[in-house]
Amino acid sequence: MQADYQLIIIGGGPAGLSAGLYAARGRVKTLLVEKGAPGGQVLLTDWVDNYPGFIEGVSGFELIEKMTAHVDRFGLEKKFAAVTRLDLPGPVKTVFLDNGEKLTCLSIILCTGARPRKLGVEGEEELTGQGVSYCATCDGPFYKGQEIAVVGGGNTAIQEALHLTKFADKVTVIHRRDELRATRILQEKAFANPRIDFLWNAQVRKIEGDTNGVNKVQVAFKDGSSMDLAVTGIFILIGVVPNNEILPLEQLQVDDAGFIISNTEMETSIPGVYVAGDIRSKNFRQIVNAVGEGANAELSAEQFLAGRKHEADPH
Amino acid sequence: MANDKVLHVNDDEFDNKVVGNSLPCLVDFWAPWCGPCKAIGPVIEELAEEFDGKVLIAKMNVDDNPATPGKFGIRAIPTLILFKNGEVVDKITGAVGKAQLHELINKAL
Repeated sequence: MQADYQLIIIGGGPAGLSAGLYAARGRVKTLLVEKGAPGGQVLLTDWVDNYPGFIEGVSGFELIEKMTAHVDRFGLEKKFAAVTRLDLPGPVKTVFLDNGEKLTCLSIILCTGARPRKLGVEGEEELTGQGVSYCATCDGPFYKGQEIAVVGGGNTAIQEALHLTKFADKVTVIHRRDELRATRILQEKAFANPRIDFLWNAQVRKIEGDTNGVNKVQVAFKDGSSMDLAVTGIFILIGVVPNNEILPLEQLQVDDAGFIISNTEMETSIPGVYVAGDIRSKNFRQIVNAVGEGANAELSAEQFLAGRKHEADPH
Repeated sequence: MANDKVLHVNDDEFDNKVVGNSLPCLVDFWAPWCGPCKAIGPVIEELAEEFDGKVLIAKMNVDDNPATPGKFGIRAIPTLILFKNGEVVDKITGAVGKAQLHELINKAL
């Protein structure tokens, strides 16, 4: 059986780069396909303080730069193109690219990741880039001396709210529950920060603005009351949705939210197809578990390839 | 990776080199503190190579040049604005793939 590659990795975030590192070192004939530039959601992060070994923390960009340099050191082949379609069920899998190319392989690791979830309220779409943002590290510096809002109560929301206090005079965290989900050390920092205020049991109803961009948000509380909050920016950090549009969801086992289900060895419901990182159905989405899963998926793929070595002959 | 086909413009040159240019012009508004901006850097350089002589591909550092981004209401980066005959044709915010940038540029061709 002939194929272009033994393994194709779809996506160049931490999971894909980790899988690529293991594959390159394992001398597996591998291609990593990425639609933009390597990095994924880590690039949206101001500062990563929980990646073991980086004692003082590291910027999201620098971490990705290092991971990319690491796979380059072992000669991983990369291609920058968007995948339009995948044919997964058979022993030879096909990856269709937007440049018209068609690549075949014997195993595949899906690392397509996730993207920030939208609130889905009036004004959000229209004012994106004009006060509505999903990336505090990109857009924070535009809000020097201003008053802004952060929506969410998880690690990302609180981490980025803290980052935004470097620029904004006041950051109001709007959270729909009466307590934060963020890890303790972030909570302690946020509660101690005089520039951060909280609106509890609160949900954004509507984002309003004019030609200058956002000027206020309507907030509704659990008790039925509501208020207008005058802000020039609103950072929406309320979790993620799966990047699953190119995946054959009718053939894969997926959870209710559209994330791909696998076993502990990262095997999906299709033989030879593995999953790693944020696109995988799980409780916690962290850079460290993305890289762990990437390694695990690649080793599983290697084992799978070894079992059928007699028939596989990538040229 | 330095590419001299990408034109780095500042506030003073913007009217002359972008607005007044007879070629369509794609301007990438970026800053050194923005991860996604750095990530699309190589794509911008490839586009400059590809559209050499047909579309001017330019970059403006918003940290060093506050006037132009202010004029165009830019409050998020990367923002890419496509100009033709001095008018804004369309814009995209965020680190998008090459295909989407092709689609954008084609609106001016």
